[in-house]
Amino acid sequence: MNGGHDLGGRQGFGSVNAEPESEEPRFHAEWERRIFALTLATGMLGQWNIDESRHARERQHPADYLKHSYYENWLVGLEKLLAEKDLVARIEQDAQCFRVPDASAARKILRTGGPTLLPDATQPRFCSGGRIRVARCQRAGHTRAPTYVQGASGTVVDHYGTHIYPDQNATGQRAGEHLYCVRFEGTELWGPESSSQSVYVDLWEPYLEEIR
Amino acid sequence: MSHDHDHTVPPSDLELRVKALESLLLEKGLVKQDALDAIIETYEHKVGPKNGAHVVAKAWSDLSFKQALLEDATATVAELGYVGRQGEHLTVVENTSDIHNLVVCTLCSCYPWTLLGLPPVWYKSAPYRARAVSEPRAVLSEFGTVLPEHTDIRVWDSTSEMRYLVLPERPYGTEGWSEAQLQALVTRNSMIGVELIRHREEVK
Repeated sequence: MNGGHDLGGRQGFGSVNAEPESEEPRFHAEWERRIFALTLATGMLGQWNIDESRHARERQHPADYLKHSYYENWLVGLEKLLAEKDLVARIEQDAQCFRVPDASAARKILRTGGPTLLPDATQPRFCSGGRIRVARCQRAGHTRAPTYVQGASGTVVDHYGTHIYPDQNATGQRAGEHLYCVRFEGTELWGPESSSQSVYVDLWEPYLEEIR
Repeated sequence: MSHDHDHTVPPSDLELRVKALESLLLEKGLVKQDALDAIIETYEHKVGPKNGAHVVAKAWSDLSFKQALLEDATATVAELGYVGRQGEHLTVVENTSDIHNLVVCTLCSCYPWTLLGLPPVWYKSAPYRARAVSEPRAVLSEFGTVLPEHTDIRVWDSTSEMRYLVLPERPYGTEGWSEAQLQALVTRNSMIGVELIRHREEVK
């Protein structure tokens, strides 16, 4: 979906507020610190994946998404996931139904992270140097194909292997697709007057069409 | 936590919502207090731009490390112990006298946590996410960074789980510096690509 989060190339936001500090405080209020930790800790219950989590934040009225501060969108996303997955009722029915990490388990999970690289099940359709066009796609679900590259032509510069495909992962179904790094010329994306030179975007195979 | 606010001011809706949520999750046993503390401690004190600065300074000092880093950043920084969430897959892009790299995430706020910690507010803000891809020179100038006309500016939009780190150019006049001296020069913003590293004599 191209909601309020799909920001590449949008105009009217004004200038960037580049803070003078080289290392700002990581959290600007206690509630930000709390929602950050709650989001990561509940994620460790394994009841949703990172793409479901992103999609929960995106599924808001665009005006709300843009009006909210960053961590407010995290709060909205977490409230939504907890309700949709019915976590409170489920643990009330069966106190043992989730493995809830303690500090040492949490540290271990943070160190392991969530690698998305999978073994190749198919041959990649494209190779470095190949010309592609990004398919136009306006689906309701989660996608990592930004609107500003849809319909644009580019050149494959790298193949990163098979990675978990977010569009499907966000529905709770894990599947792999080939992932490529694609270079777009600024003029292709923004027109002949553009001062932008090149933009590199990571795109999965189902987003791409071959240019013959 | 700062206590410069007036204690008679009631907590905001947001504070109340987060507090209510935390109380509920703790009471129901869906999260553990010590796990929350460990998560906060990790990102407030353990990971941060000093990790990335270590990698950059090492790359400036050791050519074979630099080559390995550009070839397979994930495995190369793992050898230094930099592994984990939001650093599972890494690519390092090198600035040269002709090429300048800039990293953004237009769709959310993807950022190499293992090397830079949590992203600054501006990185997550709408103006940066919207404009870094369409008018990078204007964005860079807002950080005081003005590059020559001929510089090839490459913008990396972090749409997958691949995380990007910029390897800044080593400043002139730092020949013979130790890795520790070099590390002190490397700023967070230079590893995102919004600023160049200046030779600051006082660091030496």
